[in-house]
Amino acid sequence: MDWKIWSLKKSPWVFHVNTGACNNCDIEVVDCLTPRFDIERFGMKLVGSPRHADALLVTGGVTCQAAHRLREVYRQTPKPCVVFAIGACGCDMGIFSTGYHMTGPVDKIIREVDPDAIIVYVPGCPPKPEAIISSVVKALSAL
Amino acid sequence: MNSEELRNKLSGIEDKLTKIEEPIDNRIYLYCEAENSCAVNKFLFEDVPLRFVIATGIDSDACFEIIYHYSYDETGCVVNLKAFIRDHDNPKIESIAPFLPAAEWIEREMHDLLGIEFANHPDMRRLILADDWPEGVYPLRKEVKQ
Amino acid sequence: MKKTIRQPVIPVGPLHPLQEEMEYFQLTVDGETVTDIDMRISYNHRGIEKISESLQFDQVPLLVSRICGICSASHPLAYVQAVEEIASVTVPDRARYVRTIIAELERIHSHVLWVGLAGHFIGYDTVFMWAWKYREPVLDMLEEITGNRNNYGNLLIGGCREDIGDELIPKMSKDLDNIEKKMDMLIKAVTDDPVIHARLKGVGVLTKEDAVRFAVTGPTARGSGVDIDVRHDDAYAAYEELDWQVCSVPEGDVFAKAVVRLLEVLEAIKIIRQAIRKLPKGPIKTKVKEIPPGEGTGRAEAPRGETFHYVRSDGGNRPVRHKARAPSYVNVPSFKASCIGQKIADVTITLAAVDPCYSCTERVAVVDKRTDEVLYDYDMLLRLSREKTEGIRKSF
Repeated sequence: MDWKIWSLKKSPWVFHVNTGACNNCDIEVVDCLTPRFDIERFGMKLVGSPRHADALLVTGGVTCQAAHRLREVYRQTPKPCVVFAIGACGCDMGIFSTGYHMTGPVDKIIREVDPDAIIVYVPGCPPKPEAIISSVVKALSAL
Repeated sequence: MNSEELRNKLSGIEDKLTKIEEPIDNRIYLYCEAENSCAVNKFLFEDVPLRFVIATGIDSDACFEIIYHYSYDETGCVVNLKAFIRDHDNPKIESIAPFLPAAEWIEREMHDLLGIEFANHPDMRRLILADDWPEGVYPLRKEVKQ
Repeated sequence: MKKTIRQPVIPVGPLHPLQEEMEYFQLTVDGETVTDIDMRISYNHRGIEKISESLQFDQVPLLVSRICGICSASHPLAYVQAVEEIASVTVPDRARYVRTIIAELERIHSHVLWVGLAGHFIGYDTVFMWAWKYREPVLDMLEEITGNRNNYGNLLIGGCREDIGDELIPKMSKDLDNIEKKMDMLIKAVTDDPVIHARLKGVGVLTKEDAVRFAVTGPTARGSGVDIDVRHDDAYAAYEELDWQVCSVPEGDVFAKAVVRLLEVLEAIKIIRQAIRKLPKGPIKTKVKEIPPGEGTGRAEAPRGETFHYVRSDGGNRPVRHKARAPSYVNVPSFKASCIGQKIADVTITLAAVDPCYSCTERVAVVDKRTDEVLYDYDMLLRLSREKTEGIRKSF
């Protein structure tokens, strides 16, 4: 196995990006750090810069103003990286899909930068912390 | 000030209004033309005084309406001032932000989404539409479809 | 020397600094003191009011509960009340009580979330972990009642979608007792700590005059001695029938706002206990056949302040116009008054004190406009804040 993938799987460091989310998904992501779920015991860490990240947790349906930033963040994240499109908004913009200021969903914007990007969909509104953790584990096991 | 006293106080600006309605308890609607909106707003905010809540801009058929919503917290009364801008092609109205900082953002938003000009606004810049949103496209106008 | 600092925006949670570009906050500083602050918002603009016009009246609550995830009961509550005003609907008593219970549970989880964040900003990560841990039972209770930890989807025009089963009541009472014990402990840990007093008192003061000029609401107003509260002033749901107090403190600093929120958590527990005890029997909803032409306003006291909705109907089955105003819309601009004159080390906690929705609390890399030099990034702002706390602790 590619050693880069191997090291990603071991203790994935994740960077959280909000592209216009209502905060529900964001607080569930942050909740994963807190004592009930405590992802740090698996070596998963939320980092402060995409340059240190193995995975991006992207929430929100990507508004016009956020699209550029999401592309930049993806470019800066070292490859290989996995993009998790969190929540109904991340997967397909959810109830905001007809909004005039929406340009997403997440996979469309990411694929503009990298057509071969690895994207994992975590539906829910919001997905529970158990679902988020489970999706990260499942996705990394499949790599 | 109780409800009756509030109504009496509001009639102090009656000369600038075209109508006063109280369809149900604790909800008052005042109507005026755009040119009087500044004077009435100043009266409501400073003289009554009421708490500014927000303003709603509406693209009605032949005109634009701005509804300024205020709250009288003693009695829980919501006082709505409807200002009518009759010139649909060039909607313009005096800004109330110079004496009411709380209205700065919402006037910028109404400018972004409806294209209404607010004369003498202290800081008219784009607020909520993206940097690359095309000029002249006002999403809340009727002609702009979903 | 005056420097203009530009803060890029990154709609990332407070734990994670963000980075490049996107302007959000623009701070002007003179040495260590903030002399001006400006904000740009656009990240979260999803065009909700326009989407509303394409949905039917009874679909809109599902949309508006997603305006802000942390206030996801307050927005639908304000909206349905606006429509119920147009259609002159009388909501059944049991539904009013269920609405109250859900709204107060939301208040507890939101305020405790804030306490955790505030702790994080000033270097009390234990407070952050405790607060978020003890918040979980509240979310469990909400999940038991409504089916979801967040986004309850329980509000309908005319009542509530789901009832609270009688079999849930004894467990809810017991859970509330446990929650209250933990909240008491958390509150004492925060309010009895002299370092927290010294760190937060006198910081980020919003005077009563400014609170009125900026028309702020919620704990931001009540922490500056403006004792307005929609639950009391324009009572809705079951608040008029229950015994509770509006919590207000005059000082206007970050500590005052924290105290207001903590007191409100205890009041919320009191309100929920009464509501459970007095929960009337009867239907949970009333059928509403159509919405006649007209207009209505509805408001609710969200954890952050007054949520206000205006709805206009022309007799059809969609709103002609729907205005939704979140409390942060008036609270956030008050930074202009509370941040100016503050030290850079206090910026993060002053901004957080207004409890803006996460997506608003972006963090930043502060960049010099002329040279693009990063003067302060989020990490540095956070470190400055924590160093100040350490300095105070050492002096005790």
